[in-house]
Amino acid sequence: MPTIKLTRPKLNVGEKIYFGALIKGFFLTMMHAVKSLRGKSYGAEGLASSGLGVTMQFPEQRWDDHMPEYYRGAPTLVTDEQGRERCVSCQLCEFICPPKAIKIIPSEIPSDDKWAKVEKRPFEFDIDMTRCIYCGMCEEVCPEQAIYLRKDYLITGTSRAEMVHDKKKLYEIGGVRVGLVNKWNELK
Amino acid sequence: MSDTSPATAELKLPKDIAAEKGMVNVQIDGIWHQFPKGTRMIEACRKAKVDVPYYCYHPKLTVPGNCRMCLIQMGMPPRLAPGQDPTYDENGYQTIGWMPRPAISCANSIAENMGIRTTGELVEKCREGVMEFLLINHPLDCPICDQAGECRLQEQSVGFGRGVSRFVDMKVKKPKNVDIGPRIRLDDERCIMCSRCIRFMDEVAGDPVLGFTQRGTHTTLTVHPGRLLDNNYSLNTADICPVGALTSNDFRFQMRVWFLKETPSIDVNCGTGTNIVIHTRGDTIHRITPRQNDEVNSNWMPDSHRLNFHYIDGDSRLTDVLIKEDATHRPAAWPEAIAKTAEALSQFDPSKIAIIASARMTNEELFLVRALAGELKTDQFATVPREGENDGLLIAADRNPNTTGAKLVWNSSDPSASLSAIREGVRNGSIKALLVLGEDLTAEAGFTTEDLAKPEFIASVQLLAGATAEASDVVLPGAAFTEKRGSMVNLTGRLQRLNRAVEPQGQCRDDWEILRDLAAAVSGNKPDIFLIEDLFKKVAASTPAFEGLTLSKIGHLGTVVTETGYQIPLLTNERARAAAGIING
Repeated sequence: MPTIKLTRPKLNVGEKIYFGALIKGFFLTMMHAVKSLRGKSYGAEGLASSGLGVTMQFPEQRWDDHMPEYYRGAPTLVTDEQGRERCVSCQLCEFICPPKAIKIIPSEIPSDDKWAKVEKRPFEFDIDMTRCIYCGMCEEVCPEQAIYLRKDYLITGTSRAEMVHDKKKLYEIGGVRVGLVNKWNELK
Repeated sequence: MSDTSPATAELKLPKDIAAEKGMVNVQIDGIWHQFPKGTRMIEACRKAKVDVPYYCYHPKLTVPGNCRMCLIQMGMPPRLAPGQDPTYDENGYQTIGWMPRPAISCANSIAENMGIRTTGELVEKCREGVMEFLLINHPLDCPICDQAGECRLQEQSVGFGRGVSRFVDMKVKKPKNVDIGPRIRLDDERCIMCSRCIRFMDEVAGDPVLGFTQRGTHTTLTVHPGRLLDNNYSLNTADICPVGALTSNDFRFQMRVWFLKETPSIDVNCGTGTNIVIHTRGDTIHRITPRQNDEVNSNWMPDSHRLNFHYIDGDSRLTDVLIKEDATHRPAAWPEAIAKTAEALSQFDPSKIAIIASARMTNEELFLVRALAGELKTDQFATVPREGENDGLLIAADRNPNTTGAKLVWNSSDPSASLSAIREGVRNGSIKALLVLGEDLTAEAGFTTEDLAKPEFIASVQLLAGATAEASDVVLPGAAFTEKRGSMVNLTGRLQRLNRAVEPQGQCRDDWEILRDLAAAVSGNKPDIFLIEDLFKKVAASTPAFEGLTLSKIGHLGTVVTETGYQIPLLTNERARAAAGIING
């Protein structure tokens, strides 16, 4: 391995006693203090500041409206415009999930069901939110566009069991997504 | 020729050297190889470790050559003009004249000085073209298809497929989710018409119920009217189906194959000892598939044996050590149960103790049974014979997997000889204590529930709840065949290994550990074997047939340890077909 020799920067006397830097820091702090008192903190508007500085008064105030489109919150399951659950339990998300947060038990759709042509759907679909790292790989890997990371970020619970989102809860948060997959149409 | 120097004339050309051995020289992707005469080009490529994709070809079936996926470029020395002599290069080969069109490698045999190209523009364009044709009507079912992950079409389409279909018309509609038999589901849209299943049912299973109807793009796989695909070998068609057209009902939507851990082991439902792969995820067994062993089961296995694993985590599985007190069983701990059994047995005169073992036990366990009988000073121990019908293919009449092993390990010509004497002894009261190992006595052993009430003490190693477990004073839960390691000898005298695919459930323990502890408790010594490998060494030391073997030396395909003269009918058929040149495998 090549050795790289680093030379320390040459400091003059003023820099060596570092008193000047302290004063400089002090004035910087005071400048921001004055700015915040005048309500002119940098970025206060963008972060929806509700008082001094950039602090938002959570939970009375939320930054939900300020979240970007690409925000990755809780993973959820979605239904399509006809009310069909999009997930066919191919288990690719379970496979790709880095912290192994997803557990799926597949089942067959009975032949008298409206969507019997799809043949397969999840019997159980659990996402353990204590494990989820919001990486979005499940959304990316899904061949049926059935799993989406929504903007929900307040995932709380009083027990570990409560932190596991089951199929019902996932559809409840997920809601409906329109378009994209129509290959299970009778004509297709 | 006059200008050939005598020295060169005496030099043997490669074709002559090969011909002496009955071989021919073939150049595959620029490298010369020698193969036996009559080998098919695709087999030659496989032996040369050159990949040729295919769907319809199967080494154990005839070659219809209908998928066209194995197209390669072929070349032969140019035909000589009248009176022209062949010329040879410095290595002694003739120049290859490459044909400008492809040939299928599965249906053509190799010839002397032949050239095969499995790469190059021609071959690659052919493969891409064939893939595009196959995918025109193939549905986008991969997310719901059980074959996904082990689908040849999926694999080849990664290699040779296009990202997007150029076909603008509607896909052809065919029957989906068709119930064609009790164990098999058919999806005709996924079928790529390779006809492997049709040939298997006709040639190997001898029950030609499958066939194609319609023509062209509408070709449909179907069963003969009024018939079902209900043959006991039907699930093999799902194994050889290169796509998800035929899938197993039992495994349907259970688990995606990429999650499954594969453990090589052997089947224990009959004396054939079919080689299997156990597919598990966590502690759940999801399916069992046959493993190729051309000396035992070829590539096949009967459905009845394949599906006989659900009892392992079924409702009647015993997972607790039980001790009977006041006519009811209570859960107990291992040391207590072992001590109680040893103490109870020691109170009886050796002539009043009998052991009924099972030829479903491994060699190691049977060895310990004999050791235990020695400690108890009884010579009344026997296995239970289990006879069925030979189906003329793979299922042997002897439904015990280790009868030959019992004969070798116990050094007896009939390990079940004293069973009737023991049964009589129990009935007339001369046998007061019974140790039952892995058998339900009310089944093949011929005991009745009244008989089981007669002995003063019964201890049993049991897998499932039943009359014997009910009558036992001490019930010791044993391990199922998927949960233990060990070795067995099949009817042809081949020593084969069982491997542990899942952990024993609940309190269950390996049978050999139970027997070791029992023997130690009876003798008052401490157990001295802690590894199955060490136990096998002891077995090998006392069994002449196993001399010099260790568990690892047996290998995945087994080792022949004795000659029994037994022939597996399916292999006899297969060898006759191979000898007649019908098949290549």
